[in-house]
Parts: sequence; structure tokens; C-alpha cells
Amino acid sequence: MRIVERVTLKNELGLHARAAAKIVKVSDKYQSRIVFERDGMQADGSSILDILVLACPKGSSLTMEVDGVDARKAIDELCELIENKFGEM
Amino acid sequence: MDTEELRETVVLTGIGVSPGIVCGKAYVLSRQEVRVPQYVLSSKAHVPDEVKRFHKALEDSEKELSDIKKKLKDLEGIGPMFIDINIMLLRDKVFIKKTEKNLEEENINAEWALKKTIEGYRAIFEGMADEYLRGRIKDVEDVAQRILRNLSGKKHEKISDIDEEVIIIAKDLSPADTAQMSEEKILGFAIDMGGKTSHTAIIAKSIEIPAVVGLERITSEIATNDTIIVDGNSGVVIINPSPDILKRYENKKRHFLTREEDLLKDAHLSATTKDNYSIHIGANIEFIEEIPSAVIHGANGVGLYRTEFIYVNKKRLPTEEEHFSNYKCVIEGEGIEWATIRTFDFGGDKFMSDPRLAEEINPAMGLRAIRLCLREVELFRVQLKAILRASVYGRMGIMFPMISGVEELRAAKKIVEEVKAELRSEGVPANDNIEIGIMIEVPSAVMMAENLAEEVDFFSIGTNDLIQYALAIDRVNERVSYLYRPLHPAILKLIKHVVDAGHNAGIKVNMCGEMAGDTLCTMVLIGFELDGLSMTPLAIPRVKRIIRESTLEESKKLLQKVMTFSVASDIEEYVETYMRKRFPEYLQANND
Repeated sequence: MRIVERVTLKNELGLHARAAAKIVKVSDKYQSRIVFERDGMQADGSSILDILVLACPKGSSLTMEVDGVDARKAIDELCELIENKFGEM
Repeated sequence: MDTEELRETVVLTGIGVSPGIVCGKAYVLSRQEVRVPQYVLSSKAHVPDEVKRFHKALEDSEKELSDIKKKLKDLEGIGPMFIDINIMLLRDKVFIKKTEKNLEEENINAEWALKKTIEGYRAIFEGMADEYLRGRIKDVEDVAQRILRNLSGKKHEKISDIDEEVIIIAKDLSPADTAQMSEEKILGFAIDMGGKTSHTAIIAKSIEIPAVVGLERITSEIATNDTIIVDGNSGVVIINPSPDILKRYENKKRHFLTREEDLLKDAHLSATTKDNYSIHIGANIEFIEEIPSAVIHGANGVGLYRTEFIYVNKKRLPTEEEHFSNYKCVIEGEGIEWATIRTFDFGGDKFMSDPRLAEEINPAMGLRAIRLCLREVELFRVQLKAILRASVYGRMGIMFPMISGVEELRAAKKIVEEVKAELRSEGVPANDNIEIGIMIEVPSAVMMAENLAEEVDFFSIGTNDLIQYALAIDRVNERVSYLYRPLHPAILKLIKHVVDAGHNAGIKVNMCGEMAGDTLCTMVLIGFELDGLSMTPLAIPRVKRIIRESTLEESKKLLQKVMTFSVASDIEEYVETYMRKRFPEYLQANND
């Protein structure tokens, strides 16, 4: 199964180190291949460096592409994480 | 003079990233960058071994980090989380693959391959617009340093190995280093590198140890075992402070409690009693870097700007421009509505460059302050000129220290007039009506207060010296320091005399000694009807709260009552019991 979803970052700091670490933690739980894309740049969801290199400040939009057997669950959890502003205050 | 005293005081300013003040022994962490051998492999056949060596270094590095994290296991929060991030970076498969690819394709050793990977990332991060994200290359570099060190087989000097209370000094610290400080006996740290958004700064704040970063050259100015003060509020670091400064900072420290944030909420409100008696609240500062913190703590002016530091740290005397830019910075400080500049108050011993002014047996009573100003007139003129020039930028007053009688005051004022005339003739803008005041800190000045009041715009009572001179006590001498008592009946009488003399002549009477920031004395001071109190910034929030929650009437009654006592301990006991009952929560600061 392959799912593509577009999300907008709402948290204050954008995709900073702690937020990126949380994405990696979620990505590592699933078998599906998770790829983030912003302005033509791609990042592997299980690489913290790839995600940091995307350099997403607050308000940036990115595309998540999840491909694999557990794609639905993976994308739901990632969306929830982003929606909850990575648990930031 | 022993070698101890010969060590020069050095003041550095950086960025205060974690509030609080510590004084202690410095421990310089020697963390040389690992020298990285770079070479081409002699044969392709060595590639698998080299890859293996790289992976072994990754494993060792991860083990180190896990060990640190294990030690922190009882601690919640941000420290362990940053170690997780470091581990995640170590395990990052894109990062590992890039390094392996460099190694295999270019046939180079693991160190070189890793370096190339990091250089690639550095170029990418440097191009980022967001300051915070750009700073994250630091985390990548910290991890790379750890891997490189493990590749070299060298051991790391660990912070957890330090077994005495110290303040850490280093070129730089990684978040992993900083996280270890929570458990260890680390009082604070001061480092050359770093900025407000570094992870090291964030962790320092979370574990609540004072920290100053971005000092640029502290590692070259300090040696292990030097005494150091780290003021994480203002970003000021003082190496080998003189006993005076040490004393002042010990006092500041006492005012810093963790309940800070709660107190800061209403710190900006005015210092007006319930029956509408308002007191001007100023800050005592010596570095312009202290101004933002002073304003946050509720000061709307600078009641005492100690100018001595303009002279320290220099091989030569400061120029008029140096003076001027300092005073201009003070008066233009955001939130600062007025400032009182005290002309230099130090003894001849501070002039390293002038052997004529040699050591004195009793410097507190020696050639210092206004006496030195009147003797070294050129020095004095340079400072006065700069103050007068800066005074066009805002409400500014000049204050002379250690005035003992009318003669000295007139002599000093005469020089001010001469300097004014000089500036006028040169067409340099200056405020001709600048307020002139004096410190009342010599007992003879108290006796002459009526006469002095006729010739100045304000008084400011300097209690530290006044108490010392009136009670004949050397504060630095531990054998007699117990006799130093602000609530001594004689001191209360002296203050009363000064306030009455000033008010009868229609001038303002302020106080700028430590007593002004002592919450135990606040109501007594309100009772005197002082016009202004100036104190160490950290003391302001509590003093203001007491003022807002009391009345002038009640304070006057308290003062009248205690002025009937003839024994200092009776006054102390009465005031303490009264204040503890009235303001139990604001007196904590005086407990230790």
C-alpha cells in the first residue's frame, strides 16, 4: 500500500532536533518505507540527519510518502505527531 | 604582597544562557581536537577492515553515550533526550552509508571518509536560513568528534571523573558533557564557543546550573584553580575577583532563588505603598551587560553605576571615548529612564601603571575615591567630560564618592564647572543642568549634611562604607565582621539625620548600599521616607513587593518603635520578628 499525504508544521520551532528525533522513533516502528519531501528534496524518515537537512521552519508544508504493509498505521501516527506539535508546549 | 593578590582581575562578557550566580574554583577541561590522520589505503583489500574499524568506533561511541545516559536514568528531561539524539545520529544510516561510500570509492581511511561526510553536512547546514537549524551542525560535529576519538583509541577526560566542586571552563562542551553535570559536583560553566540556541545552553537551563557561553577567550585567560564568578543572568564572568567584588557577588547570589520566575511576573509594577508613597527603584550595576536583567527585575533606572571597571582590564588608562560610550550605553539602555554615574571610586592600588600610588596599609581610609580624583585631576576631567557629553542622551546625574566635607565637594564642583566651560567653548553638546549629588558614606558628611545639602541636588547613602566607618569595622576582617550591623541604633540615627537634612533643604535622599536590597530592612527604610533605593538587580522584585504590600504609616510606626531601643540586637530581633510575621515568604533570602 502506498499513501501520500500533505502536512503543514504548526509547532513553533519547525522540524528541530527533538521533533526530528520523534519522527525517526515513529518511522523505526514500521516496516513501510517513509519518505518526506519538501521543495523537491527527499528525506528518509528513519534518518535524523536527512530530516534536519530538509530545514523545515514553522509553517512549512511537506509531503509524506509511505509505502508498505503498515502504511496506514504509520501515516496516522505521523500525522498525529505533527498535529500535536510534537508534544511541544 | 603574595602571589595570590598579584593575579589580575579579568572581566569577560559573553551570553548568559542559564540564570544564577556561582563563585568557585575553575577547572579547565582540556579537550584538544583529535588530530585526524588522513591517508589513502595501500590496497583496496584493506577496505573491509577499514569499514570494520569505523563500525567499531560507532559501537564504542554508542556505548559511551549509553553509559552516560544510564547514569542519568533517574533524571527526567532534556539531558537524556539529547543523548538519545546523539545516539540517533550515530546510528543514522544515511550518515553511515555516506561515510562507507567515501571510504570505498576513494579508497581512504575511516577518519578521512568521516571528515568528508561531515564537511558535506557542514556545507548544507551553513546554507540554512533558520538560525536554530543552522546551529544543529554542532550536534553532528560533537558526534563526529566522539567517533574520531574512538577511531584514534584515545580516552576522553570525563566530567564524571571530577570529584570536587568546580566551575567548568572549556573551549566548547557537547550536550553529552553538559548532561553529565546534573549529577556531578559542577557548579556552573563558562565556555568560549556557543550561542543562545545551542543544545548545551538548553540543557544547562534545564538542569539549572548557571552558564555563560560565547566568551571567545576564557580558556586563554584562566587556569585551573583560579577563582571565578559566573553570572548566568548578565553573561558576565570575573576571573580572580578582588575581595570587594567577591563580597558583592556573594550578596547577589543570596538574592537569587529558584522562585525567580514567579517573582518576575509583577517586578515591573511600581514601588508604591498602599497609602500611595512611591519610591524610585534603581539598580546598582557595574557592567552594561547587566542592564537587561536589571530591567527585567523591575529597575527603571540605574541608581549606581560603578565606573571602576572601565579602568580594569586595560594596560593603559581609558580614553574619553571609552568612558563616553559606556555612559551612553547605560542611559540608552532599553527600559532605563535615568542613571546616576558615580565617579571612580578606587584606591591608588588599582593603578598598576603608576608606581607613585603604591600599596597602602589601610586602603579603605587611604588615597581613594574623591581624594584621588582631586589629586589626579586629569583623570577626573576625562571622566567628567564623558559623563557631561553622555548626559544629553537622557536623565543623568553625577555622584561623587567619599565626600567628607564641603571643601571637597566645592573642589569637585569647580572642576565640573571648568569642564562644562571647556565643552561649551569647543561647541560640544553637554547638559549644563546635570544633577550633581554625593554619596553619604563618611560619618563627617553625615554631621555636615545640612551644609552639604545646600550645594547638591541629591544625596545617596552608601551604607556599606558608612557602617564600616561609623562602627569602625573592617568588613573584610572576619574577626570583626560580626560587628557589622545595619540595624545598629547609631546607624539608624545617622540615616535619620541625613534624610531630615536633605528633605529640609528640599533635595532627594536615596540609598544605594546593600541595606537598600535587604528585605529585612525594607519597611524600616520606607519609614525613613527615603526617595529612592538602589540595589543589586536580583533583590528588586522582593523589595518592591514588600513596598507594595505595606503602608508608609505602618513603616513609620515600626521605625519610631525601634528607634527607641538602644541595643542593636533588640532592634534586630524586633524587626526580624515583625518582618517574618508580616512577609514570611520574602525573607528567605536572608536565611543563609
